Amino acid sequence: MNCRGVIAELTTYLDEAMDAVTAAELELHLNACKKCRLIVDTTRKTIEIYCNAEPVPLPQEVRDRLHKALFERLGHAR
Amino acid sequence: MRDDEASLVAAAKGGSLDAFQELVSRYEAKIYRLAWNITRNKEDAEDAMQDAFLKAFQHLDGFEGGSRFYTWLVRIAVNEALMKLRKRRPNQVSLDEPVQSDDDLMPRDLQDWGPSPEQRYARTELNQILTDAIEELDSPYRMAFVLRDVSELSTEETAEALGISVPAVKSRLLRARLKLREKLDHHFRSKPS
Repeated sequence: MNCRGVIAELTTYLDEAMDAVTAAELELHLNACKKCRLIVDTTRKTIEIYCNAEPVPLPQEVRDRLHKALFERLGHAR
Repeated sequence: MRDDEASLVAAAKGGSLDAFQELVSRYEAKIYRLAWNITRNKEDAEDAMQDAFLKAFQHLDGFEGGSRFYTWLVRIAVNEALMKLRKRRPNQVSLDEPVQSDDDLMPRDLQDWGPSPEQRYARTELNQILTDAIEELDSPYRMAFVLRDVSELSTEETAEALGISVPAVKSRLLRARLKLREKLDHHFRSKPS
C-alpha cells in the first residue's frame, strides 16, 4: 500500500471496519512512513477531541422549557 | 438498546408520558447538540429539539423496533433541524456534495501534535476552536461528521438518517475528518508554525 492508499482507506481503518489483510498492509506502510503515521495519529486525535468535548451543553432553562412543552402538549394527547 | 428501553418504548406507545419523558431525559442532551450542530443557532436548535420529541411521541406507533430508538429519533431530529436551517438560510443549504477533485486530500506540512494537545487550552478556548472549525465545513461534510463522530451513529445509520448511500457517507466522512484535522492542526501542532 502507498500513501494514497492510506488516505483512501483512512476512514475504514480508523473505524476499525477493515479486513485483517488490508489492515496489515496498511500498518506495514505506517511502520515505514512517518508522514502517514502523523496523518493517522492526528486524524484519530481530531475525532477523539470532538467526541470527548462538550461544546454545546444543554442549558437547564432549555431543558425545562422542553419538558414543560411536552407536558402541556402531550399531557392530554392520549 | 438498553435493557429497559424496549419496555419504556412499549409503555410510551401505550400512552405513558412518564415513560416517554424518561426516554427524552436520556437523549435530550445529544439531540440538542445534534440540532445545534446542524442549525448553528440556539433558538432553532431548541425549536428543532422540541418539535423532534413532539413528533416522535406522536409517531411512536410507526417505530417498529427494527432499528435503535436513538437512531429513529436522530432521523426525526435531523429532518426538523434541516427544516429550520432551510427556513433561515433557504439558498445555503444543499446536502449535495460539492464537486471535488481527488487531488486535494493529501495533507501536507505534517507535524506531531503530542499526546494530549487539547489540554494546552482552557475549556472555553478549546470549545471555541472546535466550534469555529466545524462551522467552516460545508453542510454535507458537517452533517456526516456530526452524525457519525459526534452523535456516534454507525456508518449505516448515518446513511439511513441522511438518505444517502454508505459509500457516500464514507466519502464525506473522510473529507470532513481531514478538513477538521487541517483546521485544528495549527492550534495543536507541537511546534507552532
